[in-house]
Amino acid sequence: MSGLHPAGFRRACRAEWTKLHTEAGHGWLMVALVLVTAGVGAAVSANVPCPVAGCGQDQVRLSLAGVSVSQVLAAITAVLLVGGEYGTGLIRTTLVAMPGRGTVLAAKATVLGGAVLAVGSVAVLASVLAGRLLLPGAGYTPAHGYARLSLADGPTLRAAAGSVLYLVLVALLALGIAAAVRDAAVAVGVVLALLYLFPLLGHVVTEPHLQRLLAQLGPMPAGLAIQATANLHHLPIGPWTGLGVLALWAAIALFLGGAILRLRDA
Amino acid sequence: MRTLHAEWTKFRTVRGWVLGAVGAMLASVLFLLVGTASSNEHPQRATALSAGPGGGAVNDSFYFVHRALSGDGGITVPVTALTGVLADPAGAGTAGGPGGTTSGVTPWSKAGILVKQSLGQGSSYAAMTVTGAHGVRMQDDFTHDRAGLPGSPSTAEPRWLRLVRTGGTVTGYDSTDGERWTEVGTARLPESATTVQVGLFVAAPAAVRASGGGSSSPATATGSFGRVTLSGSWGQAAGGWQGLQVGDDAGTSGSYTPGTSGGWTTTGEGFTVTGAGDIAPVVGGPALGPAFTVETFLVGTFVGLIMLTVVAVQFVTAEYRRGLLGQTLASTPHRGRMLLAKAAVVATVAFAVGAAAAAVSIPLGELRARATHFAVLTVPTAVQTRAVLGTGLLLAATAVLSLALGVVLRRSVTAITAVVAATVLPYLLAFGGMLPSGPAEWLLRLTPAAGFAVQQTLPRYDQVLTVYAPSSGYFPLSPWGGLAVLGVWSALALAAATVLLRRRDA
Repeated sequence: MSGLHPAGFRRACRAEWTKLHTEAGHGWLMVALVLVTAGVGAAVSANVPCPVAGCGQDQVRLSLAGVSVSQVLAAITAVLLVGGEYGTGLIRTTLVAMPGRGTVLAAKATVLGGAVLAVGSVAVLASVLAGRLLLPGAGYTPAHGYARLSLADGPTLRAAAGSVLYLVLVALLALGIAAAVRDAAVAVGVVLALLYLFPLLGHVVTEPHLQRLLAQLGPMPAGLAIQATANLHHLPIGPWTGLGVLALWAAIALFLGGAILRLRDA
Repeated sequence: MRTLHAEWTKFRTVRGWVLGAVGAMLASVLFLLVGTASSNEHPQRATALSAGPGGGAVNDSFYFVHRALSGDGGITVPVTALTGVLADPAGAGTAGGPGGTTSGVTPWSKAGILVKQSLGQGSSYAAMTVTGAHGVRMQDDFTHDRAGLPGSPSTAEPRWLRLVRTGGTVTGYDSTDGERWTEVGTARLPESATTVQVGLFVAAPAAVRASGGGSSSPATATGSFGRVTLSGSWGQAAGGWQGLQVGDDAGTSGSYTPGTSGGWTTTGEGFTVTGAGDIAPVVGGPALGPAFTVETFLVGTFVGLIMLTVVAVQFVTAEYRRGLLGQTLASTPHRGRMLLAKAAVVATVAFAVGAAAAAVSIPLGELRARATHFAVLTVPTAVQTRAVLGTGLLLAATAVLSLALGVVLRRSVTAITAVVAATVLPYLLAFGGMLPSGPAEWLLRLTPAAGFAVQQTLPRYDQVLTVYAPSSGYFPLSPWGGLAVLGVWSALALAAATVLLRRRDA
């Protein structure tokens, strides 16, 4: 139950990294993360037309649409990282080797965050590239009021970098929930419910006030506000504030996960 | 049979699974309560939508120049013109002012004759009418529509309309010259209605634009009628004809354009009648306004679906993990039969959970909506029953899909994510409004999310215009068609699972 010792933490990170990259499943999940993000982004970029000037679409958001699908892959990776250990009983070995349970979770979070950051960057860059190539063909041309998609553009860069952070935060949220719930299957159910139920409820609620509140509180709708580059002041929540809401969710989940990991027997 | 019993025993003795199933039902209902939560500040108290003879919500707002008919009788009149005024879409709702209008008629604007059980909204009726773009129609009791003569009327080429009431039957005829008549159809009025209201009516549903997410703007129509010929036992009240705006304004199908109002004048031997609104079933889309539909009360299905997916996947993956599968297969060597027994157990449990949750959610949701002054689109009991049973079948099919994917993938986390991402995500993407209606409709045709179509109670009628697209809550497939798509997915997954289970070692 010690605090974080730098040396111990580094060792813990190395151990977690070994677990992460030696398990074949994780590698495939990371490959899938890139393919799904870029693939869905490309499909949306090519199929949502902009027939006239002022068609009201946000081309940056379209090109990054794959993130809303591929986030589940980041979540699975995170859940398996903890839930997998409970499933096989490896968690006991882990905790015997590293009695500092907080250190274990911190190390897992660091390694997972780093991996998703790296893979997510590749995925988002691929999406932006696909959008850059495909969007003009769908009518997003200067004549219709759209500049070519480029990371040199401030809001586009913010949306792209923010999407990578979004994937990292979703992974951390899932990690915290998995540590708290321990059963991998239940954990993934909780994560998916948390991500999807807020926007689903948003469709049904007729009260505009409540609808706005749901978009501000839900980890998915609030976090994805980071991808918006058009009509910013009409959004229920600002881009960075929205990502902050997701970060808060992730922090609460990690805190809960850490607390339960400490309090309960493995 | 013994296999089935063994699997049922496994299911009911694991506390987590039973809790999961019961919890799925409770959580579905709780989720609905959150979804219908309201701060009680609905600005305009929504007037209850009237229900038609079939039980479904209807629009019954129009201008009626009527008189009473007791017993048998008939009415004949030529219609010489149908014109109208449309509100300027740009100024709709905000700018207003009489200036913001153009002339024109919406395709289903109506000017014709009507035999109606009473002046109350939603009462039974039969009508022969000229329309803006669909020729002469005979319509009755809101949902029935038959085509008569094509084309639009003019002074040179009027459309003659005739309705004849004999006992409980009303027969509609049309003619181009008032001499040679063609029967268009017959309709039945309740036998109890001895005195009915008969006369001329005009209605004009709002103009609907499919582009830009869909919106509607008010329209008003004016019909020019020639000399009215009556036969039968008519009340000899002074003056005879009386004008009445049925329904306060134009219902959910729009309202009068700025600067117009309903009314009638006599012109020589004939009449000129101006009206707005519609006599038609209520459908979804922009014209609906702030109202709840029955399917919105079924939003809890998503929670139930996620929870049951977890339970159904674990029902088989737990056996892999604990090594119980070896024993199960030793005692039931026929692997396909074991899988079918498991599928039967989860499907039954999921059906019970789904149907029970839906059966509780619909009345509860209606209660909540009434308490917060929102209108509810009532639907016939048969449709409501279909939605309840369909929700059960939807969850049953999803549970089988989950179980089968659990066998195929053997990893519970991956299987659960696959099922939830395949059912819930396409729904979210299609109805989220980001995708245009083309790709959104294909998502709802091909993915397991098509199954949610079984909860659709908003009807689709050719004689009512709205935006029949996912953005306004319309599935591209029919309720049972959509469920069948999900069923095919489940069957394919179950077949793959059976093959893999035979081939692979446990």
